[in-house]
Amino acid sequence: MNKTVNQKAWFLILPVVLLVAFNAIIPLMTVVNYSVQESFGENAFFWSGVRWFEDVLHAERFHFALLRQSLFTAIILVIEIPLGLAIALAMPRKGPWVSVCLVLMALPLLIPWNVVGAMWNILALPDIGLLGRGLNAMGFEYNYTRQPFSAWFTIILMDVWHWTSLVVLLSYAGLVSIPEAYYQAAKIDGARQWAVFRYIQLPKLKYVLTIAILLRFMDSFMVYTEVVVLTGGGPGNSTTFLSIDLVKTALGQFDLGPAAAMSLIYFLIVLLLSWLFYTLMMRNEAR
Amino acid sequence: MANIVLRDLRHSYMPAPKSDADWALKRLALEWADGGAYALLGPSGCGKTTLLNLISGLLAPTEGQILFDGRDVTKASPEERNIAQVFQFPVIYDTMTVYDNLAFPLRNRRVAERDVDDRVREVATMLELDSMLKHRAAGLTADGKQKISLGRGLVRSDVNVIMFDEPLTVIDPHLKWVLRSKLKELHQRIRRTMIYVTHDQTEALTFANQVVVMKDGEIVQIGTPVELFERPAHTFVGHFIGSPGMNVLPCDVRGGRAIFAGEAIETANGAACRGEGKGFELGVRPEFVSFASEGVPVDVVKVLDAGRYRIVETTHGGHTIKMLVPEDESIPQGSARLRFAPERTRIYENGWLVT
Repeated sequence: MNKTVNQKAWFLILPVVLLVAFNAIIPLMTVVNYSVQESFGENAFFWSGVRWFEDVLHAERFHFALLRQSLFTAIILVIEIPLGLAIALAMPRKGPWVSVCLVLMALPLLIPWNVVGAMWNILALPDIGLLGRGLNAMGFEYNYTRQPFSAWFTIILMDVWHWTSLVVLLSYAGLVSIPEAYYQAAKIDGARQWAVFRYIQLPKLKYVLTIAILLRFMDSFMVYTEVVVLTGGGPGNSTTFLSIDLVKTALGQFDLGPAAAMSLIYFLIVLLLSWLFYTLMMRNEAR
Repeated sequence: MANIVLRDLRHSYMPAPKSDADWALKRLALEWADGGAYALLGPSGCGKTTLLNLISGLLAPTEGQILFDGRDVTKASPEERNIAQVFQFPVIYDTMTVYDNLAFPLRNRRVAERDVDDRVREVATMLELDSMLKHRAAGLTADGKQKISLGRGLVRSDVNVIMFDEPLTVIDPHLKWVLRSKLKELHQRIRRTMIYVTHDQTEALTFANQVVVMKDGEIVQIGTPVELFERPAHTFVGHFIGSPGMNVLPCDVRGGRAIFAGEAIETANGAACRGEGKGFELGVRPEFVSFASEGVPVDVVKVLDAGRYRIVETTHGGHTIKMLVPEDESIPQGSARLRFAPERTRIYENGWLVT
């Protein structure tokens, strides 16, 4: 039988090519374009090679922003993943409380990000906010507009409140899909609760947790809105994460070249770390 | 090892069962001797798995008692009952090796590592898993995984009973036969009480010494495979067991004789039949129907060649009568007359054998 060759089929993928071009490739190429040129007013551009990249990579400001960013992501992953898993394990599997729990868990995810920032901003105000006044009344010296530690504390608390639910819902979905026979077999094999968790639940949740960690990693590494609304990157630069630093460079100082270079480096870091993590987690499955 | 007594056991999945239909398992009493091979046979939804889970302790009965060796274990956990169960779908611990899977039940019970090693190797040899002890269990085929589940049941030397819940469902047909013989062989070797739940009559009849046939949450008959075949206590058993199943024909009874198609038919239990009139049925297996010069007039409808014999389908007045004919015997065309072997033909009243 002869295979039909028809090059016209390429036209069928044209709409997708156009869509991707407009929403990804063209904007990205613009950024690449900026990153290798020096721009002046009246659309005057001069080739500058890799100078912006070198500048950014050597800038202390970028190093510190990256460090703060990594620290923030590490802290929230360490808190949110185990906490989310623990809550999912504690949630009921059947009965009327299931829907109550699910709705309660989903609520924080439905709130617009800038609203979350504003809510916590007010909540944590040391003079009128419930959290701020409460902490001060208990004898803690707490003021997120002045002390870097308080600011970090508030931001982390806010992120945990906002995003742990995502981990909970993903883990819960994974837990519910484990067939009952596994638990029955474990009971008959005399497995204690810890063994059930370690040898049944955790292995069965592997994919779900991988996705949860990836999502939380990417989102927290790119966190912007909530932090800007809450602290604006302060006090000083203490909560200026990469994304905030980038916006300051690009739109505050209007340094388009360095900002473009920084965007690309930022993008590559996220891509590389995600790829590394995913590959490591899935390494065993190929065998 | 233990003998198992079920005393007036009843179970419902509803909090407040009212009508008969609310009971997944209607009142049943049963005694299983130590070391026997039993099968629970019945169509899907008849309560076999419920009964199994009651015995293993995964479910608590609504009413009644379960005794192991005279000890009441009704409220005991599966672990305390010390039983083993193999499920329909292979349950393995993905991240462990085959060896660790087999060792798991022992290690959970804090058995010394030297004894664990002995037992695991012994069971692995029995199940021919020796060569893969170091492999990760997740990489095995379905039958390999099911062997592991089975192995975890066998590895404890002191279990009271090993239960199988349709364990061959996901196994390829050609391997089913292999695993089934393996099970039978294992039972003869270790002589432990085994209960095998299935809806497949071949599996039940080849595995068990005693088969418990269930229907709608009730036990219909308990007997050896031969008894079930030769003397079904209920038309359901006659129909469910055997291929093709027993012919069940409505009949009248007059003076200890069944009347079908205007012919008086001699039966094995006609004398016990005191009633007269309707509600009676005649049961005769296709194996015991033959062509004769006189008897029930029928039309031959269909002949199916099944190798060493043929299945002949005949009808009389809308009732189908199947019969088995050896391959060397001739089959008349069109109309014929049938004879039912008297000692193999029985009268049933409202489904139950008249005694």
